[in-house]
Amino acid sequence: MAQQKASKKTPLYTWHLKNGANMLAFGEYEMPLWYPEGAKQEHLSVITHAGLFDTSHMTVVFVSGPDAFDLLQFCFTRDLKRCIGKNHSPLKPGTCVYGVFLNDTGATIDDAILYQIESNNYMIVVNSGMGEVITRHLNQYKGSRYVTVTDLTDRIGKIDIQGPMSAKILLNILKDAEKILNDMDYFTFKGTMDGSGRLGSEVIMLDNIAAFISRTGYTGEFGFEILTSLDTVQLIWETIIAVGKDAGLIPCGLAARDSLRTGALLPLSHQDIGSWLFFNNPWMFALPFNKDKTDFTKNFIGSNALLLAQHGDNTYPFVGSDLRKISTCHPAVVLDNNDKVIGQVLTCVSDMAIGKQDNQIFSVASRHKPDDFEPKGLSCGFIKVNKQLTYGQTVRLKDNRRTIEVMVVKDIRPDRTARCVITDML
Amino acid sequence: MKEIDQLILPDDVRFSKDHEWAKNEGNNVKVGISDYAQDQLGDIVFVEMPQIGDTFKKDEEFGSIESVKAVSEIYMPVSGEIVSINTELEDHPEQVNQSPYDKGWIIEIKPDDLSEIDTLMTNKDYIAMLKG
Repeated sequence: MAQQKASKKTPLYTWHLKNGANMLAFGEYEMPLWYPEGAKQEHLSVITHAGLFDTSHMTVVFVSGPDAFDLLQFCFTRDLKRCIGKNHSPLKPGTCVYGVFLNDTGATIDDAILYQIESNNYMIVVNSGMGEVITRHLNQYKGSRYVTVTDLTDRIGKIDIQGPMSAKILLNILKDAEKILNDMDYFTFKGTMDGSGRLGSEVIMLDNIAAFISRTGYTGEFGFEILTSLDTVQLIWETIIAVGKDAGLIPCGLAARDSLRTGALLPLSHQDIGSWLFFNNPWMFALPFNKDKTDFTKNFIGSNALLLAQHGDNTYPFVGSDLRKISTCHPAVVLDNNDKVIGQVLTCVSDMAIGKQDNQIFSVASRHKPDDFEPKGLSCGFIKVNKQLTYGQTVRLKDNRRTIEVMVVKDIRPDRTARCVITDML
Repeated sequence: MKEIDQLILPDDVRFSKDHEWAKNEGNNVKVGISDYAQDQLGDIVFVEMPQIGDTFKKDEEFGSIESVKAVSEIYMPVSGEIVSINTELEDHPEQVNQSPYDKGWIIEIKPDDLSEIDTLMTNKDYIAMLKG
């Protein structure tokens, strides 16, 4: 996580301090790293019960106008005509999709979730500090298209409730809760927003607070992201903390968010994806390949560079043999069996909810875990190497202190709940 | 995060600039990390300890502490030989968080020169250093 001088505060800053958060400069913002329960308990709570994250440092960009679809289809990696579900349906109002903004060399500017609010109106949630960058990028490629791009940085409050108890907790604070929640599939949302960031009245929390909820998140676990106005976000936060307590919900900081997302195989923008070609990585589903993967189904910024790419690094997930990790603060390298440096470590954390038994990874949430299973934690993360590796192969990671042997894997934390059917979770 | 006035900083231990504490027990010196250090590191999940019989000079690295956040070196507050290690930390590293000066002790040293402990900071000096 990038550490630098922070000057911005989210509306929940005072709450974090009052509640004993250990704060960290993350990008431009002063954010909670963990609360007194500690990052390990926060990580476990999200997997077994629920956790609440302040994500108001993230940014919303609004794109509207008759040519909004056309501009986004040209700038975003997903083919918006065929990106939903196994049937490749088009994006439609109430659905959202994960994808990437590339530059014309095929390198990543940022990743994002794109929401279609209604025809001609789209909302994009990008990473902290990226509102201005993405707004400029979209305007740069706008040409003669009739589109308005609005950077809503620091104008929207955002919190994420994540974990299997999330829907049950929201039942207590949503008006017409069952009607709102019971058909919410993964990557759908309820609510509307206009170009000034004003929320519609489709979703009401507590008595009269307009909100926007989407069945998404950054933990790999079942849950929702909630948008609301800056002046109401603290009331919603405090109410969820209070009503969620009996269901095992606790506030969670960036450390747990980082370990949860890594175990769930989700990239951190500018760390796991960044100023290099977006290719040969675990997130290739974000590219609009045709059926036989020989071409793209649309032309977009960066597509030519990706199609021409003959070589390029490969990014793989890995899992260690115990919880010991290596530090990526100093460049940490990947060594092959001949001690040759073949790449670098992008992320290395410990997922404290998992452990290995008989060479198989189990999670505290695994139904078929051995009776005596106790998660000891496993180091895990992503490596970027200059050759092709195969799943199951071992490589060594070396920092300035130690060398650890890790296995290249297809997936990390098993039995995640993000895609669970909502009616099973209410 | 604990404020400086919330930190537990006992009178009967001395502190190093690297946030270890050292306590004279008989003719040996027990060593751990300060309440400030454990609070900054967050959940400690692994403690890498030396072997009994190893010898180190003052300020030399003798092991590491792994928290959810990072791996941090731990340094000898005085020169000497390792005569005991806290094997309970192998299964319960969280004791360093819960009880940094008691159950969370890490090593016991037979010092080359017991008076070296007097060169370390008192709790008052340590507070002054933390306040910068």
